[in-house]
Amino acid sequence: MKILLDLFLTFAKIGLFTFGGGYAMISLIENACVERRRWISHEDMMNITVIAESTPGPIAINCATFVGYRQKGLPGALAATFGLILPSFVILYAVSVFLDSFLEIAWITSAFRGIRIAVGILIADAAVNMIRKMKKKPLPCVILLCSFAAMLCVNAFSLRFSSISLMLLAGAVSLTVFLIKNASSGKGGEKP
Amino acid sequence: MIYLDLLIGFLKVGCFAFGGAYGAIPLIRDVVLSYGWLSDERLTDMIAVSESTPGPIMVNLATYVGSSQAGFFGALIATLAVVTPSFLIILLLTILLKTAVKNKYVAAVLGGLKPCVIGVVLATGCVMMFRQGGLPLLTESSDYRPLILTAGLALVYFGSRKILKKGLSPIVLILISACAGIAAYGM
Repeated sequence: MKILLDLFLTFAKIGLFTFGGGYAMISLIENACVERRRWISHEDMMNITVIAESTPGPIAINCATFVGYRQKGLPGALAATFGLILPSFVILYAVSVFLDSFLEIAWITSAFRGIRIAVGILIADAAVNMIRKMKKKPLPCVILLCSFAAMLCVNAFSLRFSSISLMLLAGAVSLTVFLIKNASSGKGGEKP
Repeated sequence: MIYLDLLIGFLKVGCFAFGGAYGAIPLIRDVVLSYGWLSDERLTDMIAVSESTPGPIMVNLATYVGSSQAGFFGALIATLAVVTPSFLIILLLTILLKTAVKNKYVAAVLGGLKPCVIGVVLATGCVMMFRQGGLPLLTESSDYRPLILTAGLALVYFGSRKILKKGLSPIVLILISACAGIAAYGM
């Protein structure tokens, strides 16, 4: 029971004190779970970070679930995950209750007209960072450009085509190309 | 039934949000705009608020959207829906399929998904910058201030990275943009 409470409180603290989400949280989780409490090894942490990048959902949630499960099975995973989302939930719920009246104050409306512009810059910048980290092979680059163009068209003409369909399409294309390559290299016989 | 819509909408987001918070923003935008839950402006405001409050951005946005549409239980459903897929997937991977991510077919699908996410995020960023920065100049009011703000903020944000080496954090940029907004549009 003590370990469950400890997991819950540790992740609640991480949830309460990290701003900006995602990667900012990884270093805090590493500090708390690897260095201080020795719940998991440094190597485990590296592995889970790699897995988190290939699985959907908030990266911090992926880490919390993994650490919790390692310590105490399903109850541990639940304790850590709930701990992590509780501060977000409480804070944003409180914000949502009085935000509307808050936004009607004149100078705050002005401030948000500036802030909206910053959000676009931050999102475009996040994409540029992802491109920098990406392996530049022909197929991924083609997929990237096509999805970029498709998404621009969807927005410009207000088409009803969700980005999820686009992602499924891209996954299917990539798998097909892989299978064709596999089949043709199979037919071509063994290469030395 | 709003609760069911929130559940399905945010489960979809949770299942397909590859690439962290910014990968999720286009998906959340899709869901929120197609159901007509919030205006594009209000959603953009909330992205900034989620960025400036602690916790995972995706969870913050889900809580806000859920609460704005259906109060406390709406917030609860949306929040649980957005984290459940990643919770289950990690459990499954840890317990059963330790090598699934390295499976070559899974890797081939992910190899297509990831660049697609980048393209979608880039397009979303550009569209949002254009809607907020360039579009007001072309429409009824021909307001030039958004364009100047956009150019100025981009210059500050990317310029600081060149000069200070370590760029501004998102929260600092949001604070600067708030001051710039007040300066341009008045108290």
